[in-house]
Amino acid sequence: MVEQLASMIVHGEAWTVKDLFVLPNEYVYWSIQIVMYPYMTGLVAGAFVLSSLYHVFGVEKLKQIARYALVFSFALLPVAMLPLLLHLTQPLRGIHVLMTPHFTSAISAFGIVFMTYACIVAAEIWFVYRKFIVDSVVRLAAKSNRTIYQSLLLQIYRIISLGAMDVSSKALESDHKAVKFLAGLGIPVACFLHGYAGFIFGSVKANALWMTPLMPVIFIFSAVVSGIALCIVSYYVFMEIRKRAAKGGWNFFLPETIGHDRTEANYEELSSMQDYEVKMTSKYLLIFMTLAVTLEVLDMIFRGYTAVKSWDALRQVIYVHDFTQIFILQGLLGNVVPFVLLLLPRLTVRRAVTASLLVLLGVFMMRWNVVIGGQAFSLTFSGFMHYHLPIIPDSIETFKEGLMGALLVIASPFIIFYFLNMIFPAFIVDKKKHQ
Amino acid sequence: MKRRDFIRQTAVFVAGAAMSSSAMVMFDPKQVLAQRPELRWGFLVDTHRCVGCGFCVKACKIENDIPIEANVTRTWVERYVIKQDGEVLAESPKGALNGFTNKRIDQNTSGMIEVKDEDVAQAFFVPKLCNQCETPACVQVCPVGATYQTADGVVLVDRKWCIGCGYCIMGCPYGVRFFHPKEHVADKCTFCYHRIVDGGDTACAQACPFGARKLGNLRDPDDPVAKAVLYGRVGVLRDEYGTKPQVFYLGLSKEVH
Repeated sequence: MVEQLASMIVHGEAWTVKDLFVLPNEYVYWSIQIVMYPYMTGLVAGAFVLSSLYHVFGVEKLKQIARYALVFSFALLPVAMLPLLLHLTQPLRGIHVLMTPHFTSAISAFGIVFMTYACIVAAEIWFVYRKFIVDSVVRLAAKSNRTIYQSLLLQIYRIISLGAMDVSSKALESDHKAVKFLAGLGIPVACFLHGYAGFIFGSVKANALWMTPLMPVIFIFSAVVSGIALCIVSYYVFMEIRKRAAKGGWNFFLPETIGHDRTEANYEELSSMQDYEVKMTSKYLLIFMTLAVTLEVLDMIFRGYTAVKSWDALRQVIYVHDFTQIFILQGLLGNVVPFVLLLLPRLTVRRAVTASLLVLLGVFMMRWNVVIGGQAFSLTFSGFMHYHLPIIPDSIETFKEGLMGALLVIASPFIIFYFLNMIFPAFIVDKKKHQ
Repeated sequence: MKRRDFIRQTAVFVAGAAMSSSAMVMFDPKQVLAQRPELRWGFLVDTHRCVGCGFCVKACKIENDIPIEANVTRTWVERYVIKQDGEVLAESPKGALNGFTNKRIDQNTSGMIEVKDEDVAQAFFVPKLCNQCETPACVQVCPVGATYQTADGVVLVDRKWCIGCGYCIMGCPYGVRFFHPKEHVADKCTFCYHRIVDGGDTACAQACPFGARKLGNLRDPDDPVAKAVLYGRVGVLRDEYGTKPQVFYLGLSKEVH
């Protein structure tokens, strides 16, 4: 009986509340994980663009955060796939998208774009860290009393060095050229990766809120904004941890000291670096924010001005049902407040980080308002659907597509980064100037 | 080999390869074999005849193994009540599985609305089902090609291949698609393809006591549906999406879309 009853619950029914005239098959089919998906890909793309600002355009000021952003972008990368996988009703068949892509579908490009992008980021990291890898192999191999951890690390470095042990100045010069080329190539690919996530929504002609050619462009700029903001926030947090760790001598949080016997991290140095990088990066955040907000406002004005058939329903969603999410959380807290915080004179690190946190909230709410807001009205334009995020899961479905699933997605990149940071220390200081 | 010979031979090879591969495009074997110029399924709904009994919905659910109590359905009936003051009320509780048996109008969380008989200007029923579009948005957006159009115009879903992303559900402007509660893949009306390929009728058309639903071959000049579409004044739903729907309606009102 219970089993029978469970089979009666339709996908989407658990979190959808219908009001007025809604078609029988309509539910909020795309829920929290589809909010997470463009959010995570946006963070990947944004972090990469930030790292490229240094590598391609030679923005010297961003040197330290650029290296961190690159490694963090790589940690975020596998997580961009996770929400899609959690969202599928047949997750085991997810591989079909890569194996039998149907090229008229926007989603089918995912495999190709994603893989291309992953290769570029991986290759760039390899070139950036090649000298470090070789140095580590030489140093660890020469060591007589290796810990288990260091032996393991030596094996890993031996494998990922791919046998390229040449660190002559000529070889390093060509490494440098390769990094520049890959970072340059990576920018359009990152934009494409995320622009096409916008295209997935923008091309759904059946959805009045989504369908606009501006969607991919809006997505790209908000991606860069959120990626930079996350880099600032996480950079700040990691540096705080490292500062404390350097003071208290907790090597557990300083991976390079475990693996590479480095003791160069000292409190004052870290502190001034953190201060400088955070403030510099927040300037770039401001530039991209202006562009993103302009586009979003343009989209809204255009819809109101042209006021086609769907506008009555959209207006109801925008100004009544989702007012708090759109104007308070996204607009005021996510855009206006951080904008003011960043523009006020005598910027402090704390203020820049607070602003970045609010920006992250704002971009998340923007994704929410697009994905959930786009399903808040019926195809009939005479009914509405309200989404109730499942908080405490009572089934696999409400776990995957509920708060817990979303938290799992948010936590994953940090866990991956922790281990990745042991192999590619993102915070090591390279004293040499950019050539 | 001289350079001149090399270039000449290369040119010959490229031209030859281009010719033969363009022939593959011109005579795509799949298209040639699958084309059925004599058959294109279409559907005619006569809204004047529908009384909202819901027999079609029941018959469809039983025939196509959609759990009867599940709140999704391959076909449904909508009731429209237009009041004297011009207000339009519409509903389709449980897709009209149990028919419209009372005068109150179900507005979901806004509750039931009672309309006095003297306030009603007109009231009518509109059955809905998959439009088996000529250019289906759902087929276009499927990332793995699990949903496809047959040569005779019906759009089907491969249950063994669908990954359950829901893009087709989002892409359909008519809301005919849903996730099957047991199969956990996208599902939709197939014009009862398993029946019609064997010369049968759709379950809904067969169950309709008033002949409001009719399946036909749009390529057959003597077919009643084809005739009605050609000689009668029919409408289609939401043609602004460019999907070229193949379910035609007699007596379509402007309130319905």
